[in-house]
Amino acid sequence: MLNKLSTYFYQRPRLVLLLFLAPPLLYMLVVYLGSLFLLLINSFYYIDDFSGLIIREFTLRTYAQIFTPANREIFTRTATMAFFVTITSAIISFPLAYYIAKYASPRLKTWLLIGVTIPLWSSYLVRVYSWKLILAQEGILSYFINLFGLSGVLQWILSFESIGGSSLALSPLGMFIVFVYIWLPYMIIPVQTALERVPNSLVEAASDLGAKPLQTFRTVILPMAFPGVIAGSIFTFSLTLGDFIIPLAVGNSKFFIGQAVYSYQGTAGNIPLAAAMTMGPVVIMIIYLLIARRLGAFDAL
Amino acid sequence: MTNHLSTPAVQFNKVNRYFGEVKAVDEVDLEIRDGEFFAMLGPSGSGKTTCLRMIAGFDRPTGGSIYLYGQDVSNLPPYERSVNTVFQDYALFPHMTVGDNIAYGLMVKKVPKEERVRRVDEMLDLVQLKGFASRKPSQLSGGQRQRVALARALINHPKVLLLDEPLGALDLKLRQQMQVELKAIQQRVGITFIFVTHDQEEAITMSDRIAVFNHGKIEQIGSPSEIYEKPATTFVAGFVGTSNLIGGELAKRLTGSDQTFSIRPEKIHVNTTEKTTTMDTITLDGVVRDVVYLGLYTRYLIEADGVDIVVVEQNLKTTSMDVVSAKGQKVRLSWHKDHISRIGA
Repeated sequence: MLNKLSTYFYQRPRLVLLLFLAPPLLYMLVVYLGSLFLLLINSFYYIDDFSGLIIREFTLRTYAQIFTPANREIFTRTATMAFFVTITSAIISFPLAYYIAKYASPRLKTWLLIGVTIPLWSSYLVRVYSWKLILAQEGILSYFINLFGLSGVLQWILSFESIGGSSLALSPLGMFIVFVYIWLPYMIIPVQTALERVPNSLVEAASDLGAKPLQTFRTVILPMAFPGVIAGSIFTFSLTLGDFIIPLAVGNSKFFIGQAVYSYQGTAGNIPLAAAMTMGPVVIMIIYLLIARRLGAFDAL
Repeated sequence: MTNHLSTPAVQFNKVNRYFGEVKAVDEVDLEIRDGEFFAMLGPSGSGKTTCLRMIAGFDRPTGGSIYLYGQDVSNLPPYERSVNTVFQDYALFPHMTVGDNIAYGLMVKKVPKEERVRRVDEMLDLVQLKGFASRKPSQLSGGQRQRVALARALINHPKVLLLDEPLGALDLKLRQQMQVELKAIQQRVGITFIFVTHDQEEAITMSDRIAVFNHGKIEQIGSPSEIYEKPATTFVAGFVGTSNLIGGELAKRLTGSDQTFSIRPEKIHVNTTEKTTTMDTITLDGVVRDVVYLGLYTRYLIEADGVDIVVVEQNLKTTSMDVVSAKGQKVRLSWHKDHISRIGA
């Protein structure tokens, strides 16, 4: 019986393909793209200011609300944060990823990779709130800063309005630190994978042809690892754009996109505006990917 | 300006390279002359590639010194040595065009663009790849990649060119063609070529001199004919071509000394009739145990005095029918006494 079934499927490879692909395809189309499409539709509705009801008519007036100064500021603030978090993650990740990919023994490599991913095993909320304590006025970080007599420096940095606040836990700088910490593994792993695929002989060849270490890095290693950096940056950038927990827990009361969406669809009941605001990060990511493609990030894929 | 006639291109002075407990290279002394085509031959793990990597600077000796035209380079990084390498996997930069690959060495040395373009054209000409400058390495065949790797190395006018198993990845026909071509290019540019190979035929075809490596040591250095005709050790006799090693009592009876000697299969003649022999001929009676007909020649396995001896004879007058019928026949083997090579202890 089982044999017959095997033969039956063997003779009909297309049917097998269909059986395997149908569930994930359905999921992609209905659940994932479908809900995204509903979101898009909702963003073209608007809310009646007087009754608070959603009017299901095509309009662009909801999108117009995004461009009010307050909302524009939210977008700029979030995108700027995402940009710096991405750049910093990439810079921090590279040496570690390079070490893991090229120098670590297989044993050490396993341990380092476990070390990189271990934070992902515990709840993200717990980690964010732990950082709130670490960064607090009386927290462990302040303790060490005081120990080294650097509290003056910290106060000076916190006095800058754009990044500072009354303590690290209540400042954009603190939020930035937490963002980098939380998303770092998502950058390290793709960069490490990309570097793993750069044959050692290419690095040797560059050096052999007269390139000093920095030149080798700039002309061979970086361009070849660039797809990995882009892959990682898609994570760090988009995750920062959409996050609403970290801005809620750490930092000052200024809104980020995620928080705005959260409050519009929740307390305000303004689903169309929440939907329109969500389309913001989608558009930003599309633009980002187009630029990345322009820069040749996907050529080596 | 040093006198190249007396200064060796490369000199190893008691060079060691240990990887933990393993002695990859063990007290190697070596002199490679200016302008010669030098082969490092040996099985994998014999230390030949490590020696090459130490000349390039990818690896540093644990002990001893390496000189490049009289200069101690043992601890110089690769980018400060006027040596270039053709890698086994070619190591072409996949994100650059062929032209950019070849120009790489000039680019990092900030040579002006015009000169770069001109010299890349010269190189493409030398390796017969005109018009390929704008292609990507992934669009090339194995043989073409090899040429690009060669051009990329030679454009820097290195004093020494290192080739690591350069033809290993090519198919037989292309390999034979590239052997001839590499030799021709070396004669044209006139610089020292050092190449690593495990293929004894390749080493013999191409090089002026060969160093045979085994277990981190050099067994013998000499011209291809010396290596082939007068192997100094059992290992060389066995690794370079096939050899019959005869020692002990039989050696004493045949040559008057019990020192082991080697005799190449093609130097032995198989006679079915008793022939008159001269003073210079050594003869030995045996029985044909096996015959393998190989078209161009026939390989016989002959047992004589309890020793198996391999003999190869060209099929000048014989056909497959003749040779197969030889099995089991009593024969007399003979060879010229100058054709034996005494093997050191």
